[in-house]
Amino acid sequence: MSKFLRYINNLLAGTGAGLIAKIRFTGFTMLLLLSAIGYMKNFWGKRHDIILQMYNAGVKTFPVVSVVALFTGMILSLQFGVEMRVFQQQNLIGHAIMVILTREMGPFMSGIILIASMGAAIAAEIGTMKVSEEIDALELMSISPVKFLVMPRVAAMMIMTPIVSVYIIFMGSLGAALIANTQLGVPYNIYYFNAMKGLHMKAIYVGVIKSCIFGLLISAVSCAYGLKAGNGALGVGKGTRNSVVASFILVLISGYIITSIFYGQK
Amino acid sequence: MIELIDICKSFNGVPVLKNISLKIRTGEIFVIIGMSGTGKTVTLRNISGLEDPDSGEILVNGTRMNGASQSVKKKLRSMMGMVFQSGALLNWLTVGQNVALPLVENKKLPQDKIDETVMEKLKLLGLNQASGKMPSEISGGMKKRACLARVLVRNPDIILYDEPTSGLDPVMSSHINVLIKKMQTDFGVTSVVVTHDMESAYFLADRIAVLYKGEILQCGTPAEIKESSNPVVAQFVNGRIDGPIAVN
Repeated sequence: MSKFLRYINNLLAGTGAGLIAKIRFTGFTMLLLLSAIGYMKNFWGKRHDIILQMYNAGVKTFPVVSVVALFTGMILSLQFGVEMRVFQQQNLIGHAIMVILTREMGPFMSGIILIASMGAAIAAEIGTMKVSEEIDALELMSISPVKFLVMPRVAAMMIMTPIVSVYIIFMGSLGAALIANTQLGVPYNIYYFNAMKGLHMKAIYVGVIKSCIFGLLISAVSCAYGLKAGNGALGVGKGTRNSVVASFILVLISGYIITSIFYGQK
Repeated sequence: MIELIDICKSFNGVPVLKNISLKIRTGEIFVIIGMSGTGKTVTLRNISGLEDPDSGEILVNGTRMNGASQSVKKKLRSMMGMVFQSGALLNWLTVGQNVALPLVENKKLPQDKIDETVMEKLKLLGLNQASGKMPSEISGGMKKRACLARVLVRNPDIILYDEPTSGLDPVMSSHINVLIKKMQTDFGVTSVVVTHDMESAYFLADRIAVLYKGEILQCGTPAEIKESSNPVVAQFVNGRIDGPIAVN
């Protein structure tokens, strides 16, 4: 076989093996998620673990969420407001900001922040447990790692992502109102009145559904990468990085799909 | 009884275990010795069902472990415990909570009975003062003892030990060895011990298997292993530099 053919052969074999590994991992992650949902019947018994995870996802991310949401609102308000002022429509800035935040930015930003904070932490934590034989120890004690570790994290993320999303919408609106008033001269009562006009029930429930799905995906992917971590600290690092990348892509794709389902042209 | 029949296991195409066959009798202490990287821990992991061999059969009390369903594995593991080399304690739980974990999660006993059992096992291993400490606050040896306490609370019929005395001081090593013996004499526990420590191996073993490059070189009583004419076994058990085992 010529050198070139051998190279093509190796390339195809490597690509195929990589593809099969990705399909297997996707299957593993989906089964993990389904299994975790199945263990939700133990929700009450695991409430202490779930509350601890909710504390990690909510209270511990509170400072970063506040700063990011506030400044995002301020940036959006300034950018939109400057353009809207050209058409003398700056009083409608509250409406525009509320629509953007409730439909897209709230759930999306909560997903991104929780990927960076909780998703990475979950993957690293479970990955470290995997390489230090703690997962093996659980299995030998007849304790399901899915029930003990994955389910509380999935449940906590499913609950906390919408809450974080609503908080981001609130803080973003606050930041936007501040800029609208101080930079664009929009009175607070006008901003509030128009913001309320931009708050639609459909945007709220779609945002909540979207956030819940983001929470499920982020937690399941992070747990799956943690459980498949290997090769010591290097493997944990690689698993954590891959979980962040995969979660980010999944949030974008699933976000688009949900948006197109609820807002797409029929 | 634990039976390994023609077990082969490889990782990324590199064979680690080659046609291993062993019969470990009920109630005996079976010690596996060998150089680092010869597959001792892999053998334990195969017996426990944490890994399945590529070929061969592992029978625990006549039931096939490898390839079994999760429910069968769970049933077999309920009579089994493993003391990990690192201790494998959960780092967000205290020592006491770690030891209580299998009882709490499997909801077999009321809380007061769990507390009583945990304290009894911790006292047995000299850890009663460390009950409220986090794993990061105790030494490696204490972690190993806590791991053993976590195994003992479940009263298993079979205990697998991965280097139970490594990293322990001589007094604590002897204490652990006596405890392993006591588990056999008082409760009839079957023990499979992986160790490098020849003193412990001679003290504990009813039989010793010498594993070298994924194969069983010799299996016999401590006296037989001590007097072995096999040059590899003789070099290993006497810790000589000269011989067929290349240091590199």
